Amino acid sequence: MADLYISEETADDFEMAAVDATLDGRHVVVRESERLIRAGTSARHGHRHLLLPALHALQNAKGWISPGGLNYVCETLQVPPAEAYGVATFYDLFRVEEPAQAGDVTHVCVDAACQIAGAADRIAELKAQGVNVHESPCLGQCERANDATGEVAVFVQGVGGPDSVAADDTPYELFHQMGDESLRLLKRIGVVDPTSLDSYRAHGGYESLTAAIEMGAEAVCTAVADSGLSGRGGAAFPTGIKWRAVAAEQGRPKHVVANCDESEPGTFKDRVVMENDPFAVIEALTIAGFATGAENGWIYIRGEYPLATARLQSAIDQALEAGLLGDDAAGSGHRFHIEIRRGAGAYICGEETALFASLEGFRGEPRSKPPFPTTHGLFQEPTAINNPETLLNVLDIVPIGADGYRSRGTERSPGTKLLCLSGRVAKPGIYEVEFGTTLGEVLELAGGLTGSGELNAVLMGGAAGSFVDRSYLDMPITLEDARERGTTLGSGVVMAFTDEIDLVDVLVRISQFFRDESCGQCVPCRVGCVRQNETMVVLQEKGSLTSERRQLVDDIAQVMVDASICGFGHTATNAINSAIKLGLVPGVPS
Amino acid sequence: MIDDPTSVVTVSLTIDGQAVEVPEGTSIHKACESASIDTPTLCWAENLTPVNVCRVCVVEVEGQRALVPSCARPAEEGMVVETDSERVKHSRKMVLEFLGSGVDLDQAPELQKWMDHYGSDTSRYDQYELPALRMGEAPKIQDNLYIRDYDRCVLCYKCVEACGDDAQHTYAIAVSGRGFDARISTEFDVTLPDSACVYCGNCIGVCPTGAIQFKTEYDLRQEDDWRPEDQDVTRTVCSYCGVGCNLELHTQDDKIVKVTSPADHSVTSGMLCIKGRFGWQYVQPVDTPTRKA
Amino acid sequence: MGGGTSSYLEVEKTDVVLLWGSNAREAHPIYFHHVLKGLDNGARMFAVDPRRTSSAKFADAWLGLNVGTDVAMANAIGREIIAADLHNKDFIAHSAQGFEDYKAHVEPYTLEYTEAITGVPAEAIREVAHAYASADKAQILWTLGITEHHNGVDNVKSLCNLALLTGHVGRWGSGLVPLRGQNNVQGGGDMGALPNKFPGFQDITNPDHRAKFETAYGMELNPNNGKHLTLMLEAMEHGEIKAAYCIGENPADSEAAAGHSRALLEGLDILVVQDIFMTATAQLADVVLPSSVGWAECDGTVTSSERRVQRVRAAVTPPGECRHDHEIIGELAKRMGVDSWGDPTPQELWDELRSLSPLHAGMSYERLEAEGGLQWPCPSEDHPGSPFLHGWLWEDDLGGRAPSPFSITEHEGPKEQLTEQFPLRLTTGRSLDSYNTGVQSGGFESPIRSGDELDMNPGDAAVLGIADGERVLVSSPRGSVEMGVRVQPDIPAGLTFTTFHFPDLVDINRLTNDEWDRDSGTAEFKAAAIRVEKLLA
Repeated sequence: MADLYISEETADDFEMAAVDATLDGRHVVVRESERLIRAGTSARHGHRHLLLPALHALQNAKGWISPGGLNYVCETLQVPPAEAYGVATFYDLFRVEEPAQAGDVTHVCVDAACQIAGAADRIAELKAQGVNVHESPCLGQCERANDATGEVAVFVQGVGGPDSVAADDTPYELFHQMGDESLRLLKRIGVVDPTSLDSYRAHGGYESLTAAIEMGAEAVCTAVADSGLSGRGGAAFPTGIKWRAVAAEQGRPKHVVANCDESEPGTFKDRVVMENDPFAVIEALTIAGFATGAENGWIYIRGEYPLATARLQSAIDQALEAGLLGDDAAGSGHRFHIEIRRGAGAYICGEETALFASLEGFRGEPRSKPPFPTTHGLFQEPTAINNPETLLNVLDIVPIGADGYRSRGTERSPGTKLLCLSGRVAKPGIYEVEFGTTLGEVLELAGGLTGSGELNAVLMGGAAGSFVDRSYLDMPITLEDARERGTTLGSGVVMAFTDEIDLVDVLVRISQFFRDESCGQCVPCRVGCVRQNETMVVLQEKGSLTSERRQLVDDIAQVMVDASICGFGHTATNAINSAIKLGLVPGVPS
Repeated sequence: MIDDPTSVVTVSLTIDGQAVEVPEGTSIHKACESASIDTPTLCWAENLTPVNVCRVCVVEVEGQRALVPSCARPAEEGMVVETDSERVKHSRKMVLEFLGSGVDLDQAPELQKWMDHYGSDTSRYDQYELPALRMGEAPKIQDNLYIRDYDRCVLCYKCVEACGDDAQHTYAIAVSGRGFDARISTEFDVTLPDSACVYCGNCIGVCPTGAIQFKTEYDLRQEDDWRPEDQDVTRTVCSYCGVGCNLELHTQDDKIVKVTSPADHSVTSGMLCIKGRFGWQYVQPVDTPTRKA
Repeated sequence: MGGGTSSYLEVEKTDVVLLWGSNAREAHPIYFHHVLKGLDNGARMFAVDPRRTSSAKFADAWLGLNVGTDVAMANAIGREIIAADLHNKDFIAHSAQGFEDYKAHVEPYTLEYTEAITGVPAEAIREVAHAYASADKAQILWTLGITEHHNGVDNVKSLCNLALLTGHVGRWGSGLVPLRGQNNVQGGGDMGALPNKFPGFQDITNPDHRAKFETAYGMELNPNNGKHLTLMLEAMEHGEIKAAYCIGENPADSEAAAGHSRALLEGLDILVVQDIFMTATAQLADVVLPSSVGWAECDGTVTSSERRVQRVRAAVTPPGECRHDHEIIGELAKRMGVDSWGDPTPQELWDELRSLSPLHAGMSYERLEAEGGLQWPCPSEDHPGSPFLHGWLWEDDLGGRAPSPFSITEHEGPKEQLTEQFPLRLTTGRSLDSYNTGVQSGGFESPIRSGDELDMNPGDAAVLGIADGERVLVSSPRGSVEMGVRVQPDIPAGLTFTTFHFPDLVDINRLTNDEWDRDSGTAEFKAAAIRVEKLLA
């Protein structure tokens, strides 16, 4: 802030260099001469969104954010240190205490898919080898979790060097539909060279943008609206309505945001697309900018996706070089630039308003809706926000039109859906299926069950989704069928559990996940998540719940669903309550 | 004369079956007030921007899936609002119960009243083998002006707002950490004298639970001699600069024990500076016929 | 009639703020809250101040002018506004007079010429001129940085010219806002505690006004203007004044060239001091009359910088033999043989004032209570009070008044020029947690209090070989003090700054210049020439 108080600790040269490289001269206070200094409220607000990148620079430089380093960032961006500290401590990838063990940090996933593949053993092993291990929520690599080999998802947070994931620079092998002619969204996965614009173009890339420019912005919005495309992040809001609302806003800067903060436990589809077909995301976002009249494109990607981040950045650079982005993007006469922002380890930032807050340089705390993002989104300006899967559909809709698009799927769920198969299936991975395919068929597609047990439950839609039992195998995968049968497709998670797995252990972990990831802003969620977790721990220890505790489960769920601010609180009790209601939890009456 | 006319457009809505008409932009909470319906609030205050985090003021609005925070949601034409439905009562009861299960609310009589009203039972979280997690913080006493006792903190964000955007723009404190581990904190939890704090005490002025309080009040409470029933409040004007801030002098036994400012006055909106908040100490009687300079 | 033209709330909705010679962030913190709201609402702020104060750090641009060059700066802004054809020609034609003279007078104050005088880049002066003139609503705020100069009145007039030039006065959201340094300095003036005024700014020399007061008071009144404090001290020096009755002032500490004023007070035949504290002045007194604390032990009213009259009320009992000021004065009158006063209550005294001052006539205690105070003028019980002044400038007939004149002001610079012997400029001001000579603010333990230190530019300190925190000898032509140095990058080269809150520790007013303004009597606290020397070990 303006009369900012900065303590005496100073940054070392290494920290300063890291921050300077990131901020590239973008300072709030400009000393024009000894007698003329510029700063001010608008300059301060205008630079705040650089806070997260600057904190990343510090964290990467030293493995933690030191008081001196924080001071340097605060002085440069004129952010009050207490606020910057509040932001730093919000995110799991940032440390504000000097780590006992220097060097890279190995994040090992402990969420459901990895949990049942033996994450605990893997962690013990690594620790025994002296590796600096950090237990992490889902890392979005669930297809790598393998009960037989003991492999689980790992992300290495670099110190003084780049972050990395297991699959860096190796061709993607875990996609099982390669060559399938019927694919719409995944047709280029494993086929196209993700690092080459030429290769992308050779596989039909940028034909949709050309077509979109020919059609004009309004016609694109109309086609998207008529196609019946709805958001694939879980809320299923009609994309065309969203785009039209933003297109109608005039006179203020507008934004389109790709929500690449894929963090729902069990979800990895967007990562696979971004890593293996990054130009598709850039092209689709460019169409969104063109259709809505937004000049600013943003990609907010979770910090644990270094490979996807690098591929997207490379795609942006190449597209800019080729004139497909820029002041006259692809000759459209429309100015459009894309900037990437990395998250820093906070599941809540996948919630759209929390994502905006995070991108703006604040704690990732959701905001009350209304007002909605289409009028008060990023920087309180009109914003269309979509996840990569939703955007990919647009690449399909533009050339074939709404009717062509609707030739697959059902009336109310047109098109195809990406599903993330994991757990005890033989061929875990990402699958594109036509809406209407049954759950049983989907499991067959993934090679059926693995191991010796019988199917006990399937987690649909992730930790925020719900469990179903064998009776759901005939359920068509559509929005309407899921709703009717009291479950959800959510982010497309289909995680299979056999009866060898102790579901209570999984429920304890799910409740711990929500307890760890609640932003803490509203009382129902902040306290409710803790009390839910305590109840699950009691269940795990005692093998059953007293009738009073059983009542508590329902009471907690109701207040969280009714009174929480955002979707996190509304869904944080779903998985546990669905399991109880289906009678899947021994010792707890349904 | 003032070219800033307040809106005269009104909206009509129904609250608990009563027809209510209020100016456009009025919150549901204020609309309830105009219909003489009492609504519990915690994070809301007259002089602060609603953050709607506590969720104790939620009401049921027809057609809305979730309950809505009445403090922040504007009343709309034709809205049908229920403030005493089973869902509303359940949420309010649970929110208060949740708070009471984690922090000490014995200096928040208003909340105690509502907890009785809604039948909140904080003990049901503790009667099992696993004791319920609590805030668990020791009081921070770092100077002679005020103390912070975060075992009473309900994280209503009021102090952060008063220290920051809504008034003081000093930003000495912010919310740090996440979830149940979130705390109101300075950077790296440094002491207040080592922070940006300028001792305006506006955080004390807005704290609803006694988590931040005058050292004078804290000391009297420690001596079991804090007697609100024996206190008078006198409104006067600060003796320092020429701005004319209204002060409320709280006196006990003919001595000033703390100072607040009325939230509804145009000069201060309830906010003061260090001189107004703490600069009264020279008035207190000393042994000499005149006060010591 | 002296008072700020605007209400505090107006700055929240204004578009451009010129903060000139004011560190309101520290000296008027709650007013600054209103400024901050304005900035958050999108207003741009320019700070004109020799120091980059904590207030100036909130500004879009800080213009660090040389001490005492405010007239040049204002004239240059005025010239640029005219040169760029941004002046409000309709307003000037209708509501102002003397424009052509003003225009001709400011003509030499080109941007380049003024850059040479002020040290502020020409481009920045131009930018301020354009921003101020082009704004829909704009305000100029100032404090003692403008008035505590030997030509303080000229400084104020040169700022008023800018408002007249652009029409940024007499309208809601635009105006001229001098912030009062003390809680009732406005009220004191309103009540006639000025050498030339009766209550309500009615002139002593005006026979009609005098007759009204003579009738009401039932006695003949002195028809001549009295002396302001600086003239009183001068009269003491000449032996013209031999006795003084000092109520609630501490001139022994607070006056410029304090050593001199102390000697004068000591030389009086009789000094009576009525105060709540045993101040340095009281210690020189022959008789001390202990009084109650006006705002906490006594009922009455005070008036704020926005002309808002508000009630103060007794909350606690005065200690020992302390008595209320009005009672002490009443008792003195009785001892002098006046019986007709009786023992009026504060409310009765107020009602008498209302009957004599049209500005206050409508302000009953009941209304002050119910309406949170009222802003003068409030001539009748059904008048709502006046959020801003000079609306008449925009009326078709100017409310029957003459158009407002432009003033002709010339740049002079500080009286005390820098010399080889005294090469550094010293200016003084307040800090957030302290107040004036510290008699009140010394009553509480502030964790952020640092004492009076001399802020110096790092380059200047380096040249003298002075380290941060080192104690030094500071001398002006009038005296020397020892104090600590705080090396401060926000202080431009050649300038030094200190507060004046701890006279017992650092008697800073031994150094300040007692050259005073011909019109206001205010001394040039803001500009002394000094030398800083290392102390010998």
